Amino acid sequence: MANATLEHGSVAHGLPGAYEAPLFGAYSKKVGMWLFLASDSLTFGALLFAFSYNRIYTQWPTPFHVESIINATIMTACLLSSSLTMVMAVFAAQRGDRAWTRNWLLATMVFGTAFIVLHGMEWSKLIGEGLTIPGFPKPATAAAGELADISKNVPQFPATFFGLTAMHMLHVTIGVIYLGVVAFRKWFLPVLGVLWIAGYFLIPSDNVFHYGIHALGLGLVVAAVISFLKPKDYDAHDVEVAGLYWHFVDLVWMFIFPLVYLMSTKIT
Amino acid sequence: MNDAATHDDSKGQYFWVWGALLVLTAIEVVLGYRQVFAPVRMLEVLLILSIIKSALIIGYFMHLKFEKALMRWMLVISVTACFIIMYFFFFPDAGRVMPPPNGVGLQ
Repeated sequence: MANATLEHGSVAHGLPGAYEAPLFGAYSKKVGMWLFLASDSLTFGALLFAFSYNRIYTQWPTPFHVESIINATIMTACLLSSSLTMVMAVFAAQRGDRAWTRNWLLATMVFGTAFIVLHGMEWSKLIGEGLTIPGFPKPATAAAGELADISKNVPQFPATFFGLTAMHMLHVTIGVIYLGVVAFRKWFLPVLGVLWIAGYFLIPSDNVFHYGIHALGLGLVVAAVISFLKPKDYDAHDVEVAGLYWHFVDLVWMFIFPLVYLMSTKIT
Repeated sequence: MNDAATHDDSKGQYFWVWGALLVLTAIEVVLGYRQVFAPVRMLEVLLILSIIKSALIIGYFMHLKFEKALMRWMLVISVTACFIIMYFFFFPDAGRVMPPPNGVGLQ
């Protein structure tokens, strides 16, 4: 299959045999995605190292109660299940079954969206209870209590918590948009636009997601540029490459969940 | 690329991997919830479980297990080497700037 692309290219240029066989035995899109994921893993690696360093060398608070752990566990189950549905989408695409490819991709997007919504609710709850960083919108009434004290006395905790989880949430959001474009092509753009506008007007202005929702606007612009400048019918290779990205997002969470949540539990 | 025909007959293995990942997650949660180990040991155990989970995801879901050996080893070795370098640069240097107080740290 890898050679198919290569041979096609050679024929198109009228230079049969002009290109070497691919080094990795895979088509270039897939190798490109793997290289991107390798570099992206270093971004998350640096953030996790920073978190671990602070975790070890600081009087680290352990504010997460049972509700947070249950919520994070459900989020983990959503991501793991989304990986399974993504695998099914790749299989369906390789069979040439367009309807089921779309269905499985949609299921993956639903799990991903559930993850984002649950995470957003968790964030809002923590911020409402006083866990915050400079730059977040201030709530109408100042919170007092354990989390507010943590923000004041151990600012490394909210900084690393929000830094890591925001980076991951952004990746999940990009992943859902990516899958939406692969599954529905330009028909996904209006949906994205409606979500962006509705989110902006429905989320209160003292909530951080009132501003964070603009990530959807940015995604809309990028997706529109790709959809209109290079319109195409995405094939099995594209679905497989999108799947690589999606599984990577799942993979990163497998480190964030135990390090950030389970190592900061307070069971009373 | 590996053709669908190569793996389509073994689709069940992905359900097993998914089940194994859920079970490993449940074990992590129980360990964290019951605080079975002291914090440093807990960190080590959770990291080992996370590495097993990530190996399952990379190997099966991301199909790296079925790729050419050259691609497999190039990716694994280069990323691992980068993390090792990061570790040796990051931690000693961070310790030099802000040495850990005696007896203070993980709780």
